[in-house]
Amino acid sequence: MSPLVKLLYLVAASLFIFGLKGLSSPATARRGNRMAAVGMLIAIVATLIFGDILSWTGIIVAAIVGSLIGLVFAKTVKMTGMPQMVALLNGFGGGASALVASAEYLRLGAAASDIPINTAISIQLGVLIGAVTFSGSLIAFGKLQELVTGRAVTYPLQKTFNALMFLGTLVLMVMLVVSPGQITAFYVLVAVALLLGVLSVIPIGGADMPVVISLLNSYSGLAAAMTGFVINNHGLIIAGALVGASGLILTNIMCKAMNRSLANVLFGAFGATQQVITAGSGADGDRTVRQVTAEDAATMLAYARSVVVVPGYGLAVAQAQHDVREMADLIEARGGTVKYGIHPVAGRMPGHMNVLLAEANVPYDQLKDMDEINPEFDRCDVALIIGANDVVNPDARTNQASALYGMPILDVDKADHVIVMKRSLNPGFAGVDNPLFYLENTSMFFGSAKDSVVKLVAAIKEA
Amino acid sequence: MTETLVVLIVVFVLAMFVGFEVITKVPPTLHTPLMSGSNAISGIAIIGAILVSREGGTELPTILGFVAVVFAMINVVGGFMVTDRMLEMFKRKPEEQ
Repeated sequence: MSPLVKLLYLVAASLFIFGLKGLSSPATARRGNRMAAVGMLIAIVATLIFGDILSWTGIIVAAIVGSLIGLVFAKTVKMTGMPQMVALLNGFGGGASALVASAEYLRLGAAASDIPINTAISIQLGVLIGAVTFSGSLIAFGKLQELVTGRAVTYPLQKTFNALMFLGTLVLMVMLVVSPGQITAFYVLVAVALLLGVLSVIPIGGADMPVVISLLNSYSGLAAAMTGFVINNHGLIIAGALVGASGLILTNIMCKAMNRSLANVLFGAFGATQQVITAGSGADGDRTVRQVTAEDAATMLAYARSVVVVPGYGLAVAQAQHDVREMADLIEARGGTVKYGIHPVAGRMPGHMNVLLAEANVPYDQLKDMDEINPEFDRCDVALIIGANDVVNPDARTNQASALYGMPILDVDKADHVIVMKRSLNPGFAGVDNPLFYLENTSMFFGSAKDSVVKLVAAIKEA
Repeated sequence: MTETLVVLIVVFVLAMFVGFEVITKVPPTLHTPLMSGSNAISGIAIIGAILVSREGGTELPTILGFVAVVFAMINVVGGFMVTDRMLEMFKRKPEEQ
């Protein structure tokens, strides 16, 4: 490959870095994304021009087919469906890397016995990570799209079986490195890697999906980087490493936000069984729930000077974000301020809730992350909680016996008034009771998120 | 260990460091676009896909290469476009008149 094309790959990689840097603020993010896209265009065109292409038809047809499918995906996906979309795209990325590594290996064919050990290792790793990403992402997509059960699927001896699979994979890889010509062993490796992807995502519950998607995101990058080692290409290695780093950071943030270790998410099968709250579990004094009518809640909100809305996934499911924005507009028209306090795991993937609120035309300066909003609850008149539960459970701060203890939460209980909009007193995902509901400054407003918000909007107009 | 491999490892490790530095500065608000955008970047496998299918024909490796081109292009086009669609929605509060 000529030095010129290598320099063009460097230009592309630099544009990727500038592009990611642009994402450090919503004001520059769109330009950043476009810079990265230009980088990709440069890399593709450079490859087409300097890649000694002997036959164009297949490549062009394949590129057009892929582009059209991508275009349709991007234009039609709903914002609530973004986690599935990202899972699917991760899968295609990983799949592409695995295919490239496999093709490179098969092309060597009989000559594969002569390939140097480092190329052999890169090929195995590229195929392994890529195939795990591909099948794992498809399962994650299925779970999020509710094609397969969102529950954690468990069976006897699951961990033992997975460990054996993993060992088997290692054995196959060593075999192939020692004697790279064994095509059968290679096919078995591909099959085992695909199975490993399925089996490692199946036991993970729906609410842990943010971690899994982030991790698969990282894998898709690492698979691309490994493929870069196979074909000796700096462009792939740099881009792959950037994505690998990005996925790892997000995985870490999600784990911290849920107060769980990565190992616990991957192997804990959290949410396999639904815990039931036994009646009378609260021997701790006052357990009175104060209910509030739409009119009273509306009065509180209409005269509040500062309101913090805490949206949970229930809000997104109910598609109530547009009504919430309408409510916020009414409060602001009366002179109050409205901010949104967003927990890192508020949606089904990192930052999901922010996208859903942005779609409802909520200005991004009102979207506050946990560390920004927590000091403000002391000065907040009303905290309005819509469809969130575990992320506002004060037990996480104070009750060492709670399953949530240690999880970072939004300190809504410090607000003057707390209005909780919820269907019922049922526990959240973690299956633990929430003492917030019984606090003196808490009012419960029962009903489905959408109906309740619509009622509030009407009542605030009257107030 | 060949000289080439060492250079590749150096590039990989340094790029990881750059990635960590740049991405820790992305605010939580933009984490979803970050994922879809970085996802599009991992579609860089398109380069490899083009290179393995450059000879054309109907040999198995070339066919795998074509499929890889389709997959990678879905990733690239879908990823960048959906990210753009999301980022377009992030707007500042209009200035009060």
